[in-house]
Amino acid sequence: MILHTVNKSPFESNTFLECLELCDHGSSILLIEDGIYAAKKNTPSANKIESISGIKFYALSADIEARGLDENISSAITVVDDAGFVDLVTQHQSVSSWF
Amino acid sequence: MKFSLVILGAPYSRQASATALRFAKAAINKDHSIERVFFFDDGVYNSNALTVAPQDETNIPEEWSLLSTSHNIDMIACVSSALKRGIIDQTEAKRYEKEAANISEGTEISGLGQLVEATLLSDRVITFGS
Repeated sequence: MILHTVNKSPFESNTFLECLELCDHGSSILLIEDGIYAAKKNTPSANKIESISGIKFYALSADIEARGLDENISSAITVVDDAGFVDLVTQHQSVSSWF
Repeated sequence: MKFSLVILGAPYSRQASATALRFAKAAINKDHSIERVFFFDDGVYNSNALTVAPQDETNIPEEWSLLSTSHNIDMIACVSSALKRGIIDQTEAKRYEKEAANISEGTEISGLGQLVEATLLSDRVITFGS
């Protein structure tokens, strides 16, 4: 299965939504850099994440902290550190970057 | 596992190369290896040895150089991306009659074939987009 990374805020571009439209059931999406904003609680993107089953969502902890969103991440997201990012890459067959 | 990284963002204007640097260090800490780092488009600014960072900021091009020499990582700057952005090595400086070269230690100027080869030699290729 594919690991998708998204590095753009959903408030800035359609990258996250495009990724969501095109990724397969069973794949994973890792939010990095400004992509973190898609995980912010009570936003349209977070509501979407919470309503989807069959795709796993992750977000990078350093980027969450850098944006002061520690307390505001949707509970549907699994937070990973850089080592967790590396593990996700090894656990998936390939990585597709959305930017 | 062997990873190769493709970096498309210039340091200090996009986060791509800072994220890639963190990823590379985390991968090495977990006993994986980095087969090749390929700087492409604005990513070639990561191989400018003349970069000077303020004292309280990370010198990202220098960090890549250090990582390359300490872990024997092959780093390539795409030739067509590099030359038009003023990233140049001794050979190209001579060829185009330029006064100096500025490519970072550990990085070589080469072509897209090196990226194709990296995908063949690595278990995973990760693109850090601009």
